[in-house]
Amino acid sequence: MDVDLAGRLRRGWRRALRRPPAVAGAAVVLLFAATAVGAPWIAPSDPVRTNWSQIRKAPSWSHPFGTDDLGRDNFSRVIWGTRISMQAGVLSILLAMAIGVPAGLVAGYYRGVFDQLIMRLTDAWLSFPFLILAIGLVTILGPSLTNATLAIGLGATPLYIRLTRGLVLATEAQEYVQGARALGAGDARVMARHIFPNIVSALLVQATVSIPAAIIAEAILSFLGLGVQPPSPSWGTMLNAAQQFLETAPWMAWWPGLAIFTLTLSFNLAGDGLRDLLDPKDY
Amino acid sequence: MLDFLLQRAAISAVTLVMISLVVFTGVRMIPGDPARVMGGTDADEAGLADIRDKYGLNDPIPVQYLRWMRLALTGDLGESIRTRESVVRTVARKLPITLELACFSLLIALGIAIPVGVLSAVRRNSTWDFLANGASLCGLSIPSFWLGIMLILFFSVRLGLLPASGFVPLWEDPVANLKRMIMPAFVLGTALTAVLMRQTRNSMIEILSADYIRTAYSKGLAGRAVVFRHAIRNGLIPVVTILGLQMGALMGGAVVTEQIFVVPGFGRLIVEAVFTRDYPLVQGVVLITASSYVLINLLVDVSYTLLDPRIRISGTARGR
Repeated sequence: MDVDLAGRLRRGWRRALRRPPAVAGAAVVLLFAATAVGAPWIAPSDPVRTNWSQIRKAPSWSHPFGTDDLGRDNFSRVIWGTRISMQAGVLSILLAMAIGVPAGLVAGYYRGVFDQLIMRLTDAWLSFPFLILAIGLVTILGPSLTNATLAIGLGATPLYIRLTRGLVLATEAQEYVQGARALGAGDARVMARHIFPNIVSALLVQATVSIPAAIIAEAILSFLGLGVQPPSPSWGTMLNAAQQFLETAPWMAWWPGLAIFTLTLSFNLAGDGLRDLLDPKDY
Repeated sequence: MLDFLLQRAAISAVTLVMISLVVFTGVRMIPGDPARVMGGTDADEAGLADIRDKYGLNDPIPVQYLRWMRLALTGDLGESIRTRESVVRTVARKLPITLELACFSLLIALGIAIPVGVLSAVRRNSTWDFLANGASLCGLSIPSFWLGIMLILFFSVRLGLLPASGFVPLWEDPVANLKRMIMPAFVLGTALTAVLMRQTRNSMIEILSADYIRTAYSKGLAGRAVVFRHAIRNGLIPVVTILGLQMGALMGGAVVTEQIFVVPGFGRLIVEAVFTRDYPLVQGVVLITASSYVLINLLVDVSYTLLDPRIRISGTARGR
């Protein structure tokens, strides 16, 4: 890390600290991440074990979030659901970036026929509403967490192709890139050493916006029965089950929804902070 | 301007061809034998062979694609395996319900987002701005299907004020229709409101610091006149773009919203078609959705030229 970058990061960090909501958001995201990793130790009981004597019990000391229609502990299921949501959210966006960033980089750098082909394909891909595309892909692949993650990732890929291409076009015109070329740097070196490091911050900011959207998409797919399959504890499947017992056991709907809302809100707050950290332009 | 429109129309046409390829290939990739789905579990081999012959399923894929495209261009998207009703007729029956829902949510979104976004920009960094920013962030973060469930829990189960589900056509009983549409429309419009509010605020902040706005102020114009006569028109151009892009999200959102509130619209049709493996219906509804999105974006580009005279003038100048 060069001195200039370190200095910029320090200044950015000081700016972020001046925004307590962003710091709080990042802290809550870290808390959720820790919960996802530590789920086996944090959850007080087995999230899939049914208990017929505890069906639809209201929140109490022994079951802080109550129990569901099969007598399972909602608190344990929400804890384990964190792991599924974080996994689907983060991995799907990593997949989208792994495909989208190199494709956008090459399309923006070389332009020509390849660029036109990629962009028209991207236009066509983006014409499918994200959720409908994900539903279509899961239909082809079959319902499961892995396939839902894959579908969400592939659905988000064109966004990263477009974003990267746009950033490359803007960066390529900079004098330092032309200077590197004049000094004899090859295409791969220019892309890897001069263009990519200068667009990575914008991509990271986009990722913090995409991850909460991917988390919600996974929950929706599971809610519709196209993602995680019962009895696995996903926030979406929990809400699906809760819908049938709104009158008699409303707590079944409170907690998984509140968990999704808190996690996505925290990601969005942290994302805003990261944008300020990396981008001096501040509204 | 004509050049600009022709160029956009050509790009849209190429995109539509790509979409048709993606949809056709995608449906062919769904596991399972379409003839078996059409014939049902009781069909014997001879029956399956008949179905394959009748629908040309033995032909090479490119031949099948060209035949499907030729029929699609004449408005024939086949018939539903389940109901035997033509896909176009099924869509024509369901689409108005979703369009009504989308229009209501759009009205809610525009009615809240634009005044609040403009006021936030004008009173930047005030308590009002802080509250509006917080509200838009919550709107972006709240999962629509959970919001829907919570609204049902509060307004239908607890208070008994609104029906939790169902649909009554607007022309049959407008009041009953509104009572059933208000919650789904609010749920569908929440994220859109948040996005538009943010965009309006950011765009207006940029416009309000432009030179021509400073000039307007220095000429002694009142703040309200500057905002309403000079800033809003330009400030809303990016909002129109976002609105166009969000139409797809609105259609996607309708899938979940209609599922929760049991609205028998286009979104629910998609889920039903997927679950029943109704291939022609899946193919048809996805093609129509994606094509509508491309056309809406083309309309957005055209509306640019109406909102921003600079595009019109530069287009005409280039044309000469």
